Amino acid sequence: MMLRLATPLIFLLLLVPVLAGIVISFLPAFGFLPALGGNQLTLQWWQTLADVPGITHSVSLSLIAGLVTPLIALILVLLFLASASGRRLDSWTRRLISPVLAVPHAAAAFGLVFLIAPSGFLFRLFSPALSGWDRAPDLLIINDIWGLSLIAGLVIKEIPFLMLVAMAALPQINPEQRLAMARTLGYSPVTAWLKVIAPALYPLLRLPLFAVIAYASANIDVALILGPNLPATLSVRLLDWFADPDLDNRFLAAAAAILQLGVSALAISLWIAGEKLLGWLTNGWMQNGQRRYCEKPLQIVGRAGVPLALSILVMGLLLLLMNAFAGFWRFPDTLPDEWTLRHWRSAGMAIVTPLSNTLRIAVPVTGLTLVLVVASLEAEHRQQRERSLFAGLLYLPLIIPQVAFLFGLIVITELLQWQPGYWLVALGHILFVLPYMYLTLAQVYRRFDTRWLQLGATLGATANQRLWRIRLPMLLAPLLTSAAIGLAISISLYLPTQLLGAGRISTITTEAVALASGGSAGVIAVLASLQAILPMLAFTAALVVPQLVWRQRAGMRDTRDYE
Amino acid sequence: MTDVVSAAVNDWGFLPVMARRAAFGKGLLAVVTCYLISVALPGKAQVDTDNWPLVLEQAHGQELYFNTWGGESRINGYLAWVAAQVRERFAISLQHVRLADTALAVSRVLAEKQAGNTDGGTIDLLWVNGENFAALKNNNLLFGPWSEQLPNFALVDADNFPEMRADFTVPVDGLEAPWLRAQLIFYFDSAVIADPPQSIPALLTWAKNNPGEFTYPKPPAFLGSTFLKQALLELARDTDALFAPVEQSDFEQITAVLWQYLDQLHPYLLRKGRYFPSNGAQLRRLMADGDTALAFSFSPNEVITGIRNRELPETARSYVLKGGTIANVSFLAIPFNASNKAAAMVVANYLLSAEAQAQASLPEQMGSTTVLSMAQLNTQQQALFDAIDLGPGALSPQDLARTRQEPHPSWMPALEAAWLTRYNRRQ
Repeated sequence: MMLRLATPLIFLLLLVPVLAGIVISFLPAFGFLPALGGNQLTLQWWQTLADVPGITHSVSLSLIAGLVTPLIALILVLLFLASASGRRLDSWTRRLISPVLAVPHAAAAFGLVFLIAPSGFLFRLFSPALSGWDRAPDLLIINDIWGLSLIAGLVIKEIPFLMLVAMAALPQINPEQRLAMARTLGYSPVTAWLKVIAPALYPLLRLPLFAVIAYASANIDVALILGPNLPATLSVRLLDWFADPDLDNRFLAAAAAILQLGVSALAISLWIAGEKLLGWLTNGWMQNGQRRYCEKPLQIVGRAGVPLALSILVMGLLLLLMNAFAGFWRFPDTLPDEWTLRHWRSAGMAIVTPLSNTLRIAVPVTGLTLVLVVASLEAEHRQQRERSLFAGLLYLPLIIPQVAFLFGLIVITELLQWQPGYWLVALGHILFVLPYMYLTLAQVYRRFDTRWLQLGATLGATANQRLWRIRLPMLLAPLLTSAAIGLAISISLYLPTQLLGAGRISTITTEAVALASGGSAGVIAVLASLQAILPMLAFTAALVVPQLVWRQRAGMRDTRDYE
Repeated sequence: MTDVVSAAVNDWGFLPVMARRAAFGKGLLAVVTCYLISVALPGKAQVDTDNWPLVLEQAHGQELYFNTWGGESRINGYLAWVAAQVRERFAISLQHVRLADTALAVSRVLAEKQAGNTDGGTIDLLWVNGENFAALKNNNLLFGPWSEQLPNFALVDADNFPEMRADFTVPVDGLEAPWLRAQLIFYFDSAVIADPPQSIPALLTWAKNNPGEFTYPKPPAFLGSTFLKQALLELARDTDALFAPVEQSDFEQITAVLWQYLDQLHPYLLRKGRYFPSNGAQLRRLMADGDTALAFSFSPNEVITGIRNRELPETARSYVLKGGTIANVSFLAIPFNASNKAAAMVVANYLLSAEAQAQASLPEQMGSTTVLSMAQLNTQQQALFDAIDLGPGALSPQDLARTRQEPHPSWMPALEAAWLTRYNRRQ
């Protein structure tokens, strides 16, 4: 049966390349890379790595970003959901989530730079009139040595992701009933939410949170733009070593990649330990029967936090767009001296092929992956067993730093004499798209109220009919959301596209990154805007289509709020 | 072992594949071997470099993958023009591969060699110089010698311009063809400062009087490392040692004066030296944003093209330090396993033509400096260059004649490593 093949196929597509890639990458970490004259195993590169100046600081930066980012984002998201539900602010925010989620990390980071840098928009607003500055003040805001701007950039970008996941998961735990129950017992709104909904919701957020931790601790693009560079985070330094003309540094990079793997794993372990600790600490609070707890302050933080983060993100994007049309725009001018299409013209010629490549890869990859994921989940449902091990393994491509296994992967494809190009890139994209799509869909799929299916069965519907006519239509919104995430991920992938395509498959993201190393603010802004528009369209569709399809179904529209 | 294999690479078909497999060996399935042997192609990439008409004939209809650093849209625009030309003239389909970093291409060739891919390589032509060239050459990853067989090679007059045969003092040995000239130039915003420093020592005094108005890209960024070399060339008492491999001299002793200088300079840099930009484009952006007033570039026409593209204020001016600045030539190389070597040679030769070089020199194209020797050109070809109007603000030939030679490439990684050890930690 086709369904049964889906899970093994996912294993094959995902685990074989990742594991094989890591094994091949592990070898140089221990000195084995014959093409560079490394013919025996040695620990010397680990010694070299330990002696690298500032390496401890780099590791701590990665670790701290990996832990603080999800913590702040999670707190803000939970408090927002607890205190803003049902308000106008709430629906306004919800509408904004999907489109901003689509913004690639790099674009969001550039937007933040345009906003808060010493020569950025905020400072221009009150210069020189109020501040007296007619030249940009010499302040270390972006790239600060403590990584604060890096964490800020990551938090504003991860909040929409967590919001989306939380909103998709909420309907599965019947929040209205729980909340109504708590309220009738006299609990004030925020306290009620935190006591009866948060504990039930958290398990559904756990896996996405792990992905956030892994991303925050190992990301390269945001750290390059916002992170400190004296020294930089581990991930950035490791990429430097990979890109160093001194080929001996490949050994060092390989060792650092394994270290990065360890740092991300450590961050997740610490998080799990924190969960246990928090659970133990709050156990008493949960049961103490206190009806009101810091209601007002929590409400203020809850209602302000997420909207503020989203506003920063949106303002950054607007500044991106302004830069894309700006002429010369010097501090302290609040607006550019002229509006121009110059940047679009200079990018225009070079955009057509990358744009078509981007779509040629993203659309089939997402479509195929969606079929695989649904088939695998449906098979699991029909066989009546959850594969927790499988879900854990899915995390491999998300947790393992991309550089770590991609280099090994390239050696393998070379050994097999697979020509780099479209097919390899598409396969490589599946590696990263599949886990995200699986993870965003799995919980919703599993927690689907099976009474609908039983009802269908009593009316004589076969298993396939129940799938096609009940489950999938009712899950339309999460399915589309998952597909939109898949598209967004595929569009934003840089390293896999660049390495597996031998640079021959250029997408808007590879163009953006190549130009980011040398382009003017205007050209970067053009590419970043383009990079954001495509997935934004997909997310908008994921939002609008279910509304149109279910416009006659009041019951579906109730839950629509949470999708 | 690896040397033996790579030496055999050019001469034998799939034999090295098996040798490589034996070396790489551990645990790869026998199936893979069978597969490899069955698909190993006969060497379609064989080229007789001495027979130019045959090279032209072979190149006809080939697809060429030209890899360059892609961070500058002007280069991308120029190569689009080149692509149209070579398609029409030689029926070569030029695909421009833009790299975020040239070292990625070095990795690529290396991975291909490791996997035993000896004649189906994915990179046909590569823009390279300095460290990357040294790395490729030392690891036997290059095809050649081929460059001096190009008909247009005579135009660079290598006998009178020895820099055409030495890449950062490393002998080129015919493994790469000259393409562009570069020279370190400084530029400043004349609306902010009137009197920019004319030497490296003067820069320190100037920075103390103008704190936060200058910075340099963080080594090992190419331009940042070049700044270190320029500073060392001006500060060191004995510069002879810099033109020999670094191992042959007392690095600590020679560079002590440089670190002393930088220790003094850093507190007066932008952000008090706690942050360094990552490349020349960011340096330019800092001036455009009004963060700094003094910067430098490796492109002599940086300011002219920058103002034209509205990437620099119209008040920006360029100059060359009194004692001269580092100048070098960048080159085109063909990896040992390039699939389309004939097309690579033909395009490299075309890029060396008076027509292509003049086009590259146009300020609206790359605004680059030609590697051709005017004395070798006929009047018609010279006219192409005479017609180029850089406009006011262009550096005079006299300014650009004040050059310094690049140190031996081994100094660059040594300086970078020492810089990182000293400054790449929390302060």
